[in-house]
Amino acid sequence: MNIKDLEKEKNEGLDLLPSEERRKFLKIGLAVTGVFLGGSVLSLTSVKSAKGGNSDSVIPAEGQYPYTKHYGMIMRQNNCVGCEKCVEACRETNHVPVGHGAWRTTIQERLTTVDGVEKREFRPILCNHCNRPPCVRVCPTKATYKDPETGIVVMDYKKCIGCKTCMAACPYNARYFNHDKYAIDKCNFCLDTRLGMGEKETACAAACPAKVRIFGDIKDKQSEIYRLLHEPDNAIWVLRPETGALPNVFYMNA
Amino acid sequence: MANNSLANIFAETQDTRLATPGMNRATIFSLLAIVAGLSCGVASFIFGHEAIYNNTREVPWGMLISTYAFWAITSTGLCIYAAISHLFGGTRMAIVSNRMVWMSIVCILAAFATIGVEIASPHRMIIYNILSPNPTSNIWWMGTLYGLAVGCMIVEFFGIITGLARIAVILGTMGAVAEILANSCLGGVFATLPARPYWYGGQLPIYFLTAAFLSGAAATILFNHLAYKIRKEKMSEAVRLGIKSAGKAMTLVLVLYTVATFWRLIMYYVGGAELGRIAAGALISGPLSINFWVFEIAVGLIVPLLLVIFSRLENIGMMAFAGLLILIGQFVARYDLVVAGLIVPESLGWDNVPTYLDYVPSIFEFGVIIGSISVVCFGFLMGERVFGKIFEQKEHH
Repeated sequence: MNIKDLEKEKNEGLDLLPSEERRKFLKIGLAVTGVFLGGSVLSLTSVKSAKGGNSDSVIPAEGQYPYTKHYGMIMRQNNCVGCEKCVEACRETNHVPVGHGAWRTTIQERLTTVDGVEKREFRPILCNHCNRPPCVRVCPTKATYKDPETGIVVMDYKKCIGCKTCMAACPYNARYFNHDKYAIDKCNFCLDTRLGMGEKETACAAACPAKVRIFGDIKDKQSEIYRLLHEPDNAIWVLRPETGALPNVFYMNA
Repeated sequence: MANNSLANIFAETQDTRLATPGMNRATIFSLLAIVAGLSCGVASFIFGHEAIYNNTREVPWGMLISTYAFWAITSTGLCIYAAISHLFGGTRMAIVSNRMVWMSIVCILAAFATIGVEIASPHRMIIYNILSPNPTSNIWWMGTLYGLAVGCMIVEFFGIITGLARIAVILGTMGAVAEILANSCLGGVFATLPARPYWYGGQLPIYFLTAAFLSGAAATILFNHLAYKIRKEKMSEAVRLGIKSAGKAMTLVLVLYTVATFWRLIMYYVGGAELGRIAAGALISGPLSINFWVFEIAVGLIVPLLLVIFSRLENIGMMAFAGLLILIGQFVARYDLVVAGLIVPESLGWDNVPTYLDYVPSIFEFGVIIGSISVVCFGFLMGERVFGKIFEQKEHH
């Protein structure tokens, strides 16, 4: 249709426009704004360092991953029933000791009221493998660092002096003192116990009967985590975004 | 030969008036208390830190870190005043600056002793601080700079006792610069953690430096007063003037520190992160409120200010008592700062966690603290006995 012909058309009015159409139009507008805004913000900073999303998104921007693989996890939180199979699988796979608050992953629980009905809510947590990890910055001896291949925050136990600054710095309470190793320990997405052996999933994700934990390479467009993160209908959030740590563990409701 | 010359030096510096049974008893008693404190610390390496200290996953730091900070801050203060006096001469405090340098060394050693048993694997620290340094880590810079500072001050002190004034002034200045930077990094350890809103922000490093000026002046007055008390002698007029100068500095910084404390707490109630406000609430009306109102504010700020006013900077004994109260207040203030930042659970709202997590120092932690105080007592007594003569300078410059 010639654009000039449009002027001659009668205005249909907003009342007849289906809300789905309006939403689609708004989405296009938001996407265009987001791309421009994100692009201009990111163009100011070096590609070498890891990135978060644009200013109003927690999802990492495309093409800004400095690692060969960039592992992350998305929790379909409302699917979690708190069976703790993930916690057990992690403990067994990674030899996490019992007691003294030792865990690499756990499930938090609370009561909420939805439409007047009390409901139990569960939230799995673990190390967020942040793009700007506060623990890595504060470690005096580089005993904890971002693995350059995978972006996973790992420990070099022999260098850990046990100053516990990383524990104070972590916004997610993801670190604990492992008295067997006599060093700080934390989740490493099973890098040494599973991924390094050719497995594709972490122990916790593999053990989850409700498919709450979707683990994968955020860079891989074929991966489920990529699809979930970039599906426009999915509301995605992260924990404690105000700390600026740019976490790689995301949350959504399935 | 070397032994001879060393003996000569000590013959020149020692104060034989203090070779009394009472002094010996006090020295031996403080040495025993150090051994007891050290045993508490060493127990952590034998039985495991998690078994000996009451720190947890959620509250990884406690009284040992706060006491480390307290002694480190006091050391910085003493060192700065001594360096200013040495460098610019003229100031009346110069006359007691040698004693301040010595006590600055003693305080930083007490700090090192405390953190040495707090860190789980100090042997790894010695190796990997050198082999694998992290330039973005505040704690790396803090440790390195305090190490450098104590090295400089020991050489400076050697220069003082051997009469090498030039070396003393140069190394003293370097030591003071290192101490200021180290103190700033100590503030930075806490101030750069967005995960802990109670600590996060640019004010804390300045606050720590202000605390250093406060504790340093208080310690100067207290230790000099005690030095004359144990000799049962009256201060010379020149020393009195020096102590009065320290008293003026203490009063001024007392006011500045009070203002900084006031605004620091008000900020949490005008907005910002909820965890910061809850942590401030721990001091205002929560589990740390007695510490805060009684020890930090009343004992540590208000009473000393009144005492200084009543003393009109003339009554040295009253000022020394004010100094002691300030040091007690500062000790508790460091404890409250460290603990308030950590007892606010990050998972508030989940798992029925209480608003404030529990942290009470273990008997072993108290033991280490008594040990660290004894390090300072022992260092003070030994300093007066062995180097007493050079602490009593006549007119400076």
